[in-house]
Amino acid sequence: MGDSAIVVRGLRKRFGDLTALDGIGFEVSSGTVFGLLGPNGAGKTTVVRILATVLRPDEGHAEVLGRDVVRDADAVRRRIGMAGQYAAIDPNLTGRENLELIGTLTQLPRSAVRTRARELLERFELTEAADRPTRTYSGGMRRRLDIAASLVGTPPVLFLDEPTTGLDLPSRNALWQMIRELVAGGTTVLLTTQYLEEADVLADRIAVVDHGRVVANDTPANLKASLGSTVIELGFADGVADRAVALIGARAERDGSVVRITTDRSTAVLIETLRTLDAAGIAPERLTVREPSIDDVFLALTGHRAQADAAASGGSS
Amino acid sequence: MSASVPSTEARDARIPLGALRDTLALVRRNLYAYLRVPQLLVFSTIQPVIFVLMFRYVFGGAIRLEGPVDYVDFLMPGIFVQTVTFGSTAAAVGLATDLKSGLMERFHALPMSRAAVLAGRTGADLVRNLFVVALMMVVGYLVGWRVHTDALGLIGAAGLVLAFGYALSWVFATLGLAVGDPEAAQAAAFPVLAPLVFASAAFVPLETMPGWLQAFARNQPVSLTAEAARALTVGGEAASLVLRALAWDAGILLVFGAIAVRLYRRTT
Repeated sequence: MGDSAIVVRGLRKRFGDLTALDGIGFEVSSGTVFGLLGPNGAGKTTVVRILATVLRPDEGHAEVLGRDVVRDADAVRRRIGMAGQYAAIDPNLTGRENLELIGTLTQLPRSAVRTRARELLERFELTEAADRPTRTYSGGMRRRLDIAASLVGTPPVLFLDEPTTGLDLPSRNALWQMIRELVAGGTTVLLTTQYLEEADVLADRIAVVDHGRVVANDTPANLKASLGSTVIELGFADGVADRAVALIGARAERDGSVVRITTDRSTAVLIETLRTLDAAGIAPERLTVREPSIDDVFLALTGHRAQADAAASGGSS
Repeated sequence: MSASVPSTEARDARIPLGALRDTLALVRRNLYAYLRVPQLLVFSTIQPVIFVLMFRYVFGGAIRLEGPVDYVDFLMPGIFVQTVTFGSTAAAVGLATDLKSGLMERFHALPMSRAAVLAGRTGADLVRNLFVVALMMVVGYLVGWRVHTDALGLIGAAGLVLAFGYALSWVFATLGLAVGDPEAAQAAAFPVLAPLVFASAAFVPLETMPGWLQAFARNQPVSLTAEAARALTVGGEAASLVLRALAWDAGILLVFGAIAVRLYRRTT
């Protein structure tokens, strides 16, 4: 890749006994959306914080638009915007004052501070609430203002750390639309998410992160193709699941009383499976047909569940 | 987005006096909190007013001073020091709140002066102290406090009190960064401040205390600042007290300034 906006190589970071990053590496092409997909604790936020110059890596190298995030931190800061997991705004300032403060601290000239704040308030539909303290804002409004704040400096590289967590559906869709527009205008976006759907819809490439390492790095289409497009889950009464797995054969995967089949040919496989089971006199108690989830991606790529608590509850059901 | 992306040269251009501009923007931002959450200012002004009334009219009669000085003239410099001392916890609470809310992290990712967050916090506290001390002077005047020296003495006393308050802001900036939680910072502050304010010459003459306590009370900065401010407004030998008070301020600033800056670089 000759035109990488972000280069990350062999990053390591420990917090006490916890290894947050274990040699993670990837590159992001200019003007694309790159999704870091993984569960809580995978190290996604740590990567973003290092790239945003907020945290220093223990080892490894990271650069944004050719500037080293440690040695040339100030130049990096002039080229990035960051919106974290929670709205980092001052509740005592109005929406406008928040944006103007960030504008000043972003080193915009005085006149640009004003116009930029006004533009962004309009753009994020906050003009009406612009002169109210943000303490009075709803969660969605605060989130919008937070993302507006990350765009004050018109950054060519934008980091969005789980931007849609806690957003309702219309706000989420509006944000997705906005991200697409930014990218169309040449912005490079690094996005972290726990949702496969979000990565799938937005990202040109996805890196699946687990335990501080990249376990897969590909286009969404390729990742899903390697996984199979549909998941069929059959729930059985106690003691029946084993027999069902034996009947269905190699493609079945057992998880407690649930038997899971991942396939590209859902209809055919479903009919075939139910016939086989019926012939043996077995009827599943529950049946689910769905898109692959983050859990499924994880199971397939890492051999373990994304969330430890999901595994615990899955075993007992 | 309609705005065009600035060129590389424009992006790296420095704004003249950028560090000062950053600091002033943050001073302003921190002062807004007092306008938008008036309880903050009310609390930090009502409490010293209650102290003034209590000591002037309740306890004052029982406190015997040697010499011709009126108790109200003895009391008010102590009140000024007490006011800035308890007020200095705002730095701890403010910084801890910013850490918790993620705002500090946002500041770290901006191309702003690295010194501005701490300078903006302590600078806002200085402005607030200036306002509150001026207010206490008016309250003092209303209950009979008078300056027996001259305008220079009054300005000197006010300057000394504000310098001590500023130095203390750095102690509490350090505490706020270390604790990282506003409630915990507030809770940790009182046990430190109470002995400094009450085992001092702020409200009562030191001579009435037992010897072992006097040794502490006589040399600690609240006493020295109060006694120096007293000497500057009542009259008498002030130079040595002023110098010792300033030495404390300089020492506190050096030590806690260094620790706070280190913590600030690390805590995100």
